[in-house]
Formats: sequence, C-alpha cells, structure tokens
Amino acid sequence: MEEINLLMQGFSVALQPENIILMVAGIVLGVLIGVLPGLGGANGIAILLPLTFALPPVSAIILLSCIYWGALFGGAITSILFNIPGEPWSVATTFDGYPMAQQGRAGEALVAAFTSSFVGALIAVVMITFLAPLVAQFALQFGPPEFFAVMFLSFACFIGLSKGSPFKALAAMMFGFLLAGVGLDGVTGQLRMTFGSMELMRGIDFLVVVIGLFGLSEIFQSIEEGLRFKGQSAKITMRTMLKTWSELPRHWWLFIRSSVIGCWMGVTPAGATPASFMSYGMARRMAADKDSFGKGRVEGVIAPETAAHAAGTAALLPMLSLGVPGSPTAAVLLGGLIMWGLQPGPMLFVEQKDFVWGLIASMYIGNIVGLIIVLAAVPWFAMILRVPFSIIAAIILMVCAIGAYTVNSAEFDVVLMLIFGVIGYVMKKLDYPLAPLVLALVLGDRTEESFRQALLISEGSMAVFFSNWLVGSIMVAGLTLMFYPAISRLMQGFRPKAA
Amino acid sequence: MSVTTGNDTLMEAAAERGPSVRGMEIATAVALMTMGGIAIMDSLRIGAGWSSDGPQSGYFPFWLGIILVAASLVNLGMALKPNAKTEGALFATWPQLRMVASVLIPTTVYVAVIPFAGIYVSSALLIAFFMIRFGEFRPVVSFPSGALAAGVAFAVFELWFLVALPKGPLETYLGY
Repeated sequence: MEEINLLMQGFSVALQPENIILMVAGIVLGVLIGVLPGLGGANGIAILLPLTFALPPVSAIILLSCIYWGALFGGAITSILFNIPGEPWSVATTFDGYPMAQQGRAGEALVAAFTSSFVGALIAVVMITFLAPLVAQFALQFGPPEFFAVMFLSFACFIGLSKGSPFKALAAMMFGFLLAGVGLDGVTGQLRMTFGSMELMRGIDFLVVVIGLFGLSEIFQSIEEGLRFKGQSAKITMRTMLKTWSELPRHWWLFIRSSVIGCWMGVTPAGATPASFMSYGMARRMAADKDSFGKGRVEGVIAPETAAHAAGTAALLPMLSLGVPGSPTAAVLLGGLIMWGLQPGPMLFVEQKDFVWGLIASMYIGNIVGLIIVLAAVPWFAMILRVPFSIIAAIILMVCAIGAYTVNSAEFDVVLMLIFGVIGYVMKKLDYPLAPLVLALVLGDRTEESFRQALLISEGSMAVFFSNWLVGSIMVAGLTLMFYPAISRLMQGFRPKAA
Repeated sequence: MSVTTGNDTLMEAAAERGPSVRGMEIATAVALMTMGGIAIMDSLRIGAGWSSDGPQSGYFPFWLGIILVAASLVNLGMALKPNAKTEGALFATWPQLRMVASVLIPTTVYVAVIPFAGIYVSSALLIAFFMIRFGEFRPVVSFPSGALAAGVAFAVFELWFLVALPKGPLETYLGY
C-alpha cells in the first residue's frame, strides 16, 4: 500500500513540534471564530492568510485547515447552548440540540455533537487518503478541455442543486466571474474593466470580497435582528462524557449514513449546509416516532453534525486532487495555495508529496486535538458570548478592516470590503447564494485560462468540449446536473398521479 | 455566523413598514443587469472576438456579461410577476434598517478616517463609540477599553507579526 507509506511520511511532517503547536493554535482560533458572530471559517481564514507568508506552505496549510476544523466544531457550541447557529451548517443542530440544553441535557448534546463531528471527519479523511491519490492520478491525463469541463461540472452543480432560484445562483456566479476578470488579463496583458482606475488595475482580491461578504454582512444582519444572547450554561463532566459515549455506538448506522451523505455532498460543491439538513431530514423520516424530533432527540444532533463535518472535510478532496474546491472555505484555502506559490491540481500529488501528505496526516491529528480541546474548554468558549455584543461587533469590524488591508497593503481594499459587506447583506436577504460567487471569483482566472487554451487547441470550435469520451461525459454530466430541476419537473409531468 | 430570525411579534404594528422585497428584487436585478451591460461594453471595446492568436481579452467576459444580463432578466421577470408569497413582504422594516444604518454609518466614517488617523486610533474610537451607543457603557470605561483593544492589535501586528498597518499622526509622534 503506497498510500500508507506516504501517509506515514506525512505524519512525520505533521508531528513536528512546531506543527503541533500551530495545530493547537489553529483549533483554538477556529473554535473562537466559529463561536463569534461575523467570523466564520471562510472569512476567518481569509483574514489570517496574509499572516502566513512567513511560514513554510505545509505549516501554513496545517494552521489554516485546523482553523477550519475548529470552526466546524465551534458552530455546534452556539447552536446547542444559545440556539444561534455559529455557522450555517449548524442550523440543523439547533433543532434538537437547543431543546436538549433546555432540558438540562446540554452536556450530553455537546458530547454527542463533538463526537459525531469527529466521526464524520474521520470517515471523510479516510476517504480522502485512499481516493484523492486515485482521482489525482486519473486527472493527470486531463488537458485544458477536461479541466474546463470539471469546473463547468462543479458550477453546474450550484445551478441544478441550489435550494432557491437557479437563476439567482447563475447571476451570483456570473457576478463572481466578472469580478475575477477585473484587472490585467494574464494571457494578453490587456487591462479589463478597470475604467482607468489605478486601484482596479490590481484586480479585486477574493480575500477582500470574502471578508466583506461573510464578515461585515453578518454584523449588519445580526444587528438588524436585535441580537441578544440568551444561553444555557453547560459543563461537561467525565460522567456525562462516558455515559454519552456508552450510548453512541447504538447509532452506528446513523453515523455511517450521515457520513456517506456528508462525503457525497462535500465532494460535489453542494457543501456542508445542505448535507446537514439532508442528513437531519433522513434521520427524521426513518425514525419510528417522527414527532419526537425537534424536542431533544440525540439522533437530531448526531445526524447533522456528522454530515456537516464529513462534508466540510470531504470538500478538500476535489480541492487537493483537481484544484476545484468543494466549499467557500476550501476555495479560500485554494487561494492560499496559489499565494504560497503552489500550483493546485493533480500535479500536487506528484511534485509536493510532503505538502499533500502532511496536510492529510494533519487532518487525522487535528481532529483528535480538536475533539480534546472542545470537550475540555466548552465553558470558556461559551463565556465569549457573554461579552456584550457592542464590544464584539466593534472588535470584529476592526479585525475585518485589518484583514482586508493586509492582503495588499491597500486602503482601497478596506473600502471594497465595506462595499461588499453591503452587497452581501442585500444578497443574503434576497436569497442570492454567496458560495457560487466566491467560487467563481477564486476559480475565474483558471476557468478562463483552460477555456481559452482549449479553444486554442481546437481553433475556436466548441466541439473540443465533446471531442473524446472523457471530456464529453463530464460535460454531459454537468449539463444534466444544470438542467436537473427542469428535467425532474418534466419527468413528474409524465408520471401518472398516484391516487 | 448566521442568525435565525428573531421574534417578530414583539415588533409594533406601526413599525411594520419598510422597503418591499419586490422593490429590492427589482433593484438588485437591474443593478446586476447594469453590471453585465458594462462588462459587455468594455469587452467589445477591447475586442470580444477571435484574433490570430486565439480568443481576444474580451471574449470570455463578453459571454459572462450576456449570461448575467439574461439571468437578471429572468430574475426581474420573477420579481414583477404577481406572487402570493412575496406580496406585501418586507425586505426589512424601517426600524430594522435604522439599526443597520446605525452600524453602517459609523463603519463608513471609520473606513474614511483610517487614511488620516491611522487604523489604531480609528479602531479605538470605533470601539468606544459602539460601547457607548449600543452597550450603554460610560465613556470612562469605553475610551480606555477602545485604547486597550487598539493597543493589543498594535502589539500583535506591528511588533509581533511585523505587519505595517496604516498609521497616523499619533504613531508618528510616538516614534513609529
């Protein structure tokens, strides 16, 4: 087993003392970010990315990915104790988690949530360990048309599988692509959509946009809703922990099912949020007494947490092996790879073995470290939400401004951040999805590049995207997914109505 | 962090006014359409066709612009169509928007002041303002707290990570 050997090498990278320290720091910061309103995985990492330049890439990605795991863990704390989902993917956890806390079973709910997160992540990491090298190897034979087709496929997923209007997803995506196009055209050296502005010549940095869209807009939304924290207190004792753990193995089937849902939704760019809802829905539908859900069933915590964490982790599979991220946070990490001078895509597995396997090994260790930290430190993290919102909001605004400035040391970027904060607020309220916008912004240049290279090969004929079975089948899959809503509606029209 | 909607029943009946969802939908669709239009125009200016060395710079953005305009037209159509669900729905009530403005305006001032006063002094003032305005803290508590937070940020970024952030006259006076 070559993978096992490589993984062992990875462990030797990840287990270096300075990397362990970064891991712990990352998890703690991540949980903090997950707990605080206005800071989430994507923009928390975006703010810290510019500070990682001094680190070697593998240490930088360990730090940042651990922030991601921490944020995934942290989301559950506020959902259960405060009925405020710390992250969108923990909305489903509030349904049964908060009632449990109200009944005085907060400790049990938290232990169940953290353990489920851990199991979900672990299953996803095992999948990454064995599947990612295969996918990468397969992708080594990809040329520009195939790469464009893969990106087309992931963007098509957003349109076809979006919960809201597919046209809103499409509009948000095109907006993102256009923003990515601003500035210097990498191929011809021509300036595009800068309108004579010196500031726009640099292009619009996705980190600045992410900080505005996900950070500032959250603050606006929280203040509009008159945010007040009214929480249950919790302490996890050894007894609750052991008691909960002794009961969890009974739900082994639920764990497996939720992990599979999570892995699948994470690899396709549907992401952690729909995965958690879908998993919760499945658990409810398959239960003998559906009515007890929403009133404090431990299954209602296990299902969404397992799926969300599995999806969040699985989102790194396409990012590593294809260079196509499966979630906004993975997109920010991918942007980091480019900034550290690494070329994302299948060649990573050939040229940067230490980096790839160090990262994968750190996922195993990081999640163990994360589980220990959150179990031990829940009361302290929960205390943060007792700090008045007036102070937290102002400090987050300051951190966002500093984060936006450090990307390019440009004051104009702080202005851009503010503008995107307002745009994000309006888009969120009108159900325009933000994820396709961010993904398009990050992948825009590379999508365009492979598109243009493909057309160069074919001298302008679109037939190149159907020129062999490989690219053709990916394109057909993309088209099918894109028109999935229309197709399924058509199918329903033909089906005879059941009496 | 996303937050679920709070309790609307507490809102007074008189407060149930504000810009409608439909109006905002129309405005957003038109704004995105305009963006698409601008992209199309700029692409045509630099050439959106085919040259001897392959697709021109405007080729890709031109088609993106077309798709954006088309998608926004559909969204506009959806917004204009009578719809029972959005009929009379509010984007936000005026009191809610006033709350948002009460954060947005100081933040805008904050961003505008950064180039002149530096990021640390501006941040200290922003934090103090928020504490007084939203937290009902006394100025005696608020201003030192703001200064403390800015001081911590200074120590972290300027001294520890060696990241140079915008500085103003105060920092110059102190010799940084």
